[in-house]
Amino acid sequence: MNKGTLRQILLITDGCSNHGEDPVAIAALAREKGIAINVIGILSQNEAYGEHGLKEVEDIAMSGGGVSQIVYATQLAQTVKMVTQKAMTQTIHGMINKELTQILGDEQQMEDLPPEKRGQVMEVVDEIGETVNLEVLILVDISASMDDKLPTVQESLIDLSISLNSRTGNNQFSIYAFPGKKQSIEKLQDWTPQLDTLAKTFKKISTGGITPTGPALKEALGLFSDKRSKRKLLGDYDEYVEESGS
Amino acid sequence: MMNTSKNQEVNVPIGSIISGKWNQKQYLILRELGSGATGTVYLAKYDQSKVAVKVSRDTLSITSEVNVLKHLSKVQGKTLGPSFIEMDDWVTSSGTVPFYVMEYVQGESLFVFMRQRKDEWFGILLLQLLGDLAELHNAGWVFGDLKPDNLLISGPPPKIRWLDVGGTTMVGRAVKEYTEFFDRGFWGMGSRRAEPSYDLFAVGMIIMNYAYPKRFDKKEGGWTQLKKLIDRNRILGKYRPILYKVFHGQYQNAIDMRQDLLELYSGKSAAKTTNTPTGKPAAQAYQQSQSGRAGRTQQKKIKKRRHFMETVLIFIFLFVFYVVYLMGQTL
Repeated sequence: MNKGTLRQILLITDGCSNHGEDPVAIAALAREKGIAINVIGILSQNEAYGEHGLKEVEDIAMSGGGVSQIVYATQLAQTVKMVTQKAMTQTIHGMINKELTQILGDEQQMEDLPPEKRGQVMEVVDEIGETVNLEVLILVDISASMDDKLPTVQESLIDLSISLNSRTGNNQFSIYAFPGKKQSIEKLQDWTPQLDTLAKTFKKISTGGITPTGPALKEALGLFSDKRSKRKLLGDYDEYVEESGS
Repeated sequence: MMNTSKNQEVNVPIGSIISGKWNQKQYLILRELGSGATGTVYLAKYDQSKVAVKVSRDTLSITSEVNVLKHLSKVQGKTLGPSFIEMDDWVTSSGTVPFYVMEYVQGESLFVFMRQRKDEWFGILLLQLLGDLAELHNAGWVFGDLKPDNLLISGPPPKIRWLDVGGTTMVGRAVKEYTEFFDRGFWGMGSRRAEPSYDLFAVGMIIMNYAYPKRFDKKEGGWTQLKKLIDRNRILGKYRPILYKVFHGQYQNAIDMRQDLLELYSGKSAAKTTNTPTGKPAAQAYQQSQSGRAGRTQQKKIKKRRHFMETVLIFIFLFVFYVVYLMGQTL
């Protein structure tokens, strides 16, 4: 099986979108492109579960084939890591189920196998999860209400990088914030293998009440394919140079 | 196929019978033993014997865990984790629920056990733990989520056992399950790659936790904070050289750390401190029990003195009243 690269968007927000395209629709589009969307909804300290309009958080992840979780800021580090890893396993599991159906037919999936066989398949899932390359684009809501949560967000992203870089597979991270000043999203960190020290901290941007989650997601999707095609071009170019050199 | 994460908990009422679809075995649920991130563990009865049954909706993580348990039971010699019995599916009206059955390990958690014991027991349990870790590491595994709650003291004779092997990871892979306080990544002191030194760091933090039962929050993090906390604490005094080494990743394997602890508990400290041949911890314990006895007699003395004071006060009051009475009479 071709291991390739898993791609994820990790959306961290504390509220509902209120501007532009429907984020749930964009998430469905992402899934079609093979990009899983995970969403973490952050609650304020005095907020109870279910009080806020965080149902959208679940809807986006469901539609985007990812994982969602609603937490208080204090639990963020553990959650960011858990959500990312779970989504990886889920995607790999999905790939494997597809293969199983092809091999065994009759819509047979991992869950239908006897426990013994299931264990063997799971070892393969774990093995791929350990070695597969991963690209995570982190999309952080920096609307006014997120202000006091941003330091925690930053810390948990560094923590995520520690976890993922303990794997054998390669990682690429990038961080974008929304809403941006001019465009719908703003780059904070270009693709990098490690988030040891975040060069740029989240800038305090005092915006109005708009949360354009849909447009932000849409633009983030473009950043994957852009990068890929650029890389391809660069790759081809390199090869060309080498060939002419030899 | 791809569902978002929902609540993984499955609530099995006490008295229900879980029956397996593949192996046809039936388990009577007696009570809940605990629940974690991946599912709930119940005490159950099967054929007059007690077993632990873990139930979860998350087929993937539960299958992973079973793989680990099976590997561990293949490690020769000692039983490291609870021994694995079987895995099966339970078909309910609300869907199929995977579960697995393992040995029920009975005992007290590490710090509960230590509450009624003397200090030297902690050392003995640490030595046992490091010995077991050495075997686990040699077999190519790292415990991962090492913490007091995952350690159970069974017996007698007291023997440290591992309770939850959900975090156990193949050497070289990334540790997926851990608890922040015991995780070197959290403290900014290393990666989460599964290697012996990862577990040994957690052993170091267990010692810290012993000295600081309420644990402590991460402030500046890193060695700066840990060093301060080590130097400040009286209990940690004797562990200082070992903690310095372990937090800097200077122990390549559990045996080396065990050796240093062994020397600490036996030879060296006896020479340094008291004249009792049994060494420092025993001497301390003796002193403690002595002072306990002394304390009780002192309390009795205080009581006696209090009685005396009361009588004196009553006499003084009576005298004052008498004087006032006499003055009243004369006026």
